[in-house]
Amino acid sequence: MYKLEAKNANLWYGKKQALKDISIGIEENSVTAFIGPSGCGKSTLLRCFNRMNDLIEDTKIKGEFLLDKENIYTDMDIYELRKRVGMVFQKPNPFPKSIFDNVAYGLRIIGEKNKTVIKDKVELSLKHSALWDEVSGILNKSALSLSGGQQQRLCIARTLAIDPTVVLMDEPASALDPISSAKIEDLIYELKKEFTIVIVTHNMQQAARVSNRTAFFYLGELIEFDDTKKMFTNPQNERTQNYVTGRFG
Amino acid sequence: MNSKNYSRGKLTDKVFKYTALTFTLFALAILVILLVDIFSKGLARINWDFFRNLPSRHANRSGIMTAMAGMLSLLFFTIIIALPIGILAGVYLQEYGKKSRFASFIEINIANLAGVPSVIYGILGLTLFVRILHMGNSVIAGALTLALLIMPIIIVATREAIKAVPHSLREASYGMGATKWQTTSRVVIPSALGGILTGIILAISRAIGETAPLLVIGALVYVPFIPEGPNDQFTTLPIQIFNWTSRPQADFIINAAAGIIVLLLITFLLNGIAIYIRNKWYKKIKY
Repeated sequence: MYKLEAKNANLWYGKKQALKDISIGIEENSVTAFIGPSGCGKSTLLRCFNRMNDLIEDTKIKGEFLLDKENIYTDMDIYELRKRVGMVFQKPNPFPKSIFDNVAYGLRIIGEKNKTVIKDKVELSLKHSALWDEVSGILNKSALSLSGGQQQRLCIARTLAIDPTVVLMDEPASALDPISSAKIEDLIYELKKEFTIVIVTHNMQQAARVSNRTAFFYLGELIEFDDTKKMFTNPQNERTQNYVTGRFG
Repeated sequence: MNSKNYSRGKLTDKVFKYTALTFTLFALAILVILLVDIFSKGLARINWDFFRNLPSRHANRSGIMTAMAGMLSLLFFTIIIALPIGILAGVYLQEYGKKSRFASFIEINIANLAGVPSVIYGILGLTLFVRILHMGNSVIAGALTLALLIMPIIIVATREAIKAVPHSLREASYGMGATKWQTTSRVVIPSALGGILTGIILAISRAIGETAPLLVIGALVYVPFIPEGPNDQFTTLPIQIFNWTSRPQADFIINAAAGIIVLLLITFLLNGIAIYIRNKWYKKIKY
């Protein structure tokens, strides 16, 4: 049984078709990487799984998207969906609030008032995202005073605090330096024990290092989807081969 | 040839630089002359009595008590009326309103309203509030007129401030299952608050200096009492100054200068606060 699934998914931004008949199943507690050149639809597909495309005007979607066999677009409340499917964005986007308030945001919007509950959850989430040791003494400082890598781990902590089962990551390390990037990768490796992770990345080595399965997209189509090892050593499709070896893209 | 062109370019550069400098100094000099003139005339008149006295036909016994009281009560009601409407309209137009031809029509008109000469608002206020709604030349009629005048400024400032909030912050909030209202009230407005506050203060400082619309709706130039409620008649500092400058006796000119100093200080103070908030804010939120 798949945790996340897309069946015959098509999506248009205005007249431009961004996804073409994509069917893909994502397994629980694994890391799935979406790779492909810019504009291939990988981010678009990712954003379908928590309906972030709804924010973009003039978007038309056809096909089925399932979370635990439930239809994301028809069977569940959009706010409920986004609490179950968290998202981490390309550029770290902490709120201009304190570190504590950033992580507590998700709890507060669901109406959690108990200070002890919030405090414990903030601590747990920050430990989860391997940031606690660096910020435990400065929780009241502005999140914007942190470095880029720390900000991104803070954003991950913020997402984890609402107890999602799936975490979508849209090029989470592309705006970071190599050391911060490596920390994010280590974190992803840890997180997959408890969460289902889908990561969009432009970095081929990153996909090879962190993911169990890799999907290659090209011009809105899913070209190939297989175990990461196989995708990088023995791809079936010529375009996949060319892309992963760096011959185009 | 090349070196000749180069030296000519350098010359043009210098000429332009010093021309610009001259004009800048010219503008500054006028400002300095104005200030020196006002301060040398008026500073001696500024003392505790000047703030405490009612207007009088004896210049040296005249004060700005009623003008200040009138101005404060006028501002109080102006802010109460204009602030919520202006901010909510700005938030609605920017965050909730759908992009349509009608929306952009409204947008252009609000921007235009911010540029309409203030005396026109006075005529509107006179017709609508004073005559049709029978408010008379009261504080509330004046406040409503000034509220109309500064509302477009607040709306435009609110919209600009909200527009400047990075879209990524909204995405982060929506991505965690927040509703539109939660996102707007907890993320967007707090992030835009610096800009909104700056706009509000500048709008208030504009309202303080306004004379023309209030004269049109019939604010009194001589008010020997302090307004006690929204239905009382009133005067304000700029009108009091206007009154004094139109008197033939030289002593009243001194009063006018003193009043101008007070008005200038209030305006400088408000603008200073606005600049302080803006700088502090932009340092804080940087992406």
